[in-house]
Amino acid sequence: MKTCLVVDDSKVIRKVARHILETLDFTVSEAADGSEALDQCRQGMPDVVLLDWNMPVMSGMEFLCALRLVDGGAKPKVVFCTTENGRGHIQAAIDAGADEYVMKPFDRETLHSKLQIVGCA
Amino acid sequence: MIHSQPAANATRILAGLLEARTGQQIAPSRYWRIQTALAPMLKAQGIPDLDALVAVLSDPDNEKLLQESLDAMLNNESFFFRDTAMFAALRSDAFPVLRERRAQRRTLRVWCAGSSTGQEAYSVAMLFDTERDTWKDWKIEIVGTDISPSVIARAKSGRYSQFEIQRGLSVDYMLRYFTQDGEDWVIDPQLQAMVTFREDNLLKPRGDLGRFDFILCRNVLMYFATETRHIAYSKLERSLEDDGLLMLGAAETVLGHTELFSATREMRGLYCKASASRSGQSIIPPPLS
Repeated sequence: MKTCLVVDDSKVIRKVARHILETLDFTVSEAADGSEALDQCRQGMPDVVLLDWNMPVMSGMEFLCALRLVDGGAKPKVVFCTTENGRGHIQAAIDAGADEYVMKPFDRETLHSKLQIVGCA
Repeated sequence: MIHSQPAANATRILAGLLEARTGQQIAPSRYWRIQTALAPMLKAQGIPDLDALVAVLSDPDNEKLLQESLDAMLNNESFFFRDTAMFAALRSDAFPVLRERRAQRRTLRVWCAGSSTGQEAYSVAMLFDTERDTWKDWKIEIVGTDISPSVIARAKSGRYSQFEIQRGLSVDYMLRYFTQDGEDWVIDPQLQAMVTFREDNLLKPRGDLGRFDFILCRNVLMYFATETRHIAYSKLERSLEDDGLLMLGAAETVLGHTELFSATREMRGLYCKASASRSGQSIIPPPLS
């Protein structure tokens, strides 16, 4: 079973994402901000990180940059999942090392296709 | 949703009209879709319910409203690179075969039958463009047809909502082939120029589209009744070059439905004319060792 870490400060979004991911046979863990997510990754890298942009303590971009510097941090596929839908934001995320990008709102089909694209579904 | 008897009769009549005009069936267990699909149109037209709509449509002068109703009821679900594994196989298996077979004339005609809002046809165009060096000096013609005038208009526009653009499309292709215009994403004109769309009925073609080297008819025939499906297969068979290839949807097969096509042994979802199969022609070359 693949593992996915959902990083989002919204409990509702985490719940929705968890539900979809579990129907796609993922084992899901959650974090409410980038710092918490980084701590979890240091203990064990997930296969995929579903990452919000704007979060307290540590933003999605800050997390991504920090993750890629951690030992083994190049391994997880990082899929941004955010309301930031401008081309500039998307390009910046990809340039920073994100593998895919989902604009909220999203549905199961969208998330499934993005996970297929990064080779995790 | 529980319908009253008159509304249940109305849904049956509307489902019958849809099948008679388009071939597309709606199973009784999914009749609820009719109410859902037509609700915006009923509201816009000030028609109180489905019974009233059926009464209005019984007037032959209301052909335009009938067409709008059928348009709304058609299942036009589509997204980019639907069934990613099949598109990967298209690129790795079918493209090399087609390139070899048309190496002399260097033209390739592709037909997306039931192209809906255009995502499939544009996905094929993106695959060709990704390999543009390989296809340099080739004439690639991609034709998309659909029975619904409104979806053909949308396909031609090449404009997709934020929700549509990310269904199946990688962020790499999105940034490469689309520009953002407000909340929408608009396809690159050069890619758009590779594809032509036209309104046409697979069961009652308006004109001759000619023959194609490759036909995609995906998630279309599954909505047809057995007899209607036979008519459609005949049309597809006549429209395919003798050594051409047909691709169906991931959940579709010719087995048990037609003898005009045979499954290729080598790749799920890819079919050839049965006559070509009988001649012993291998469709897909063996893998390189």
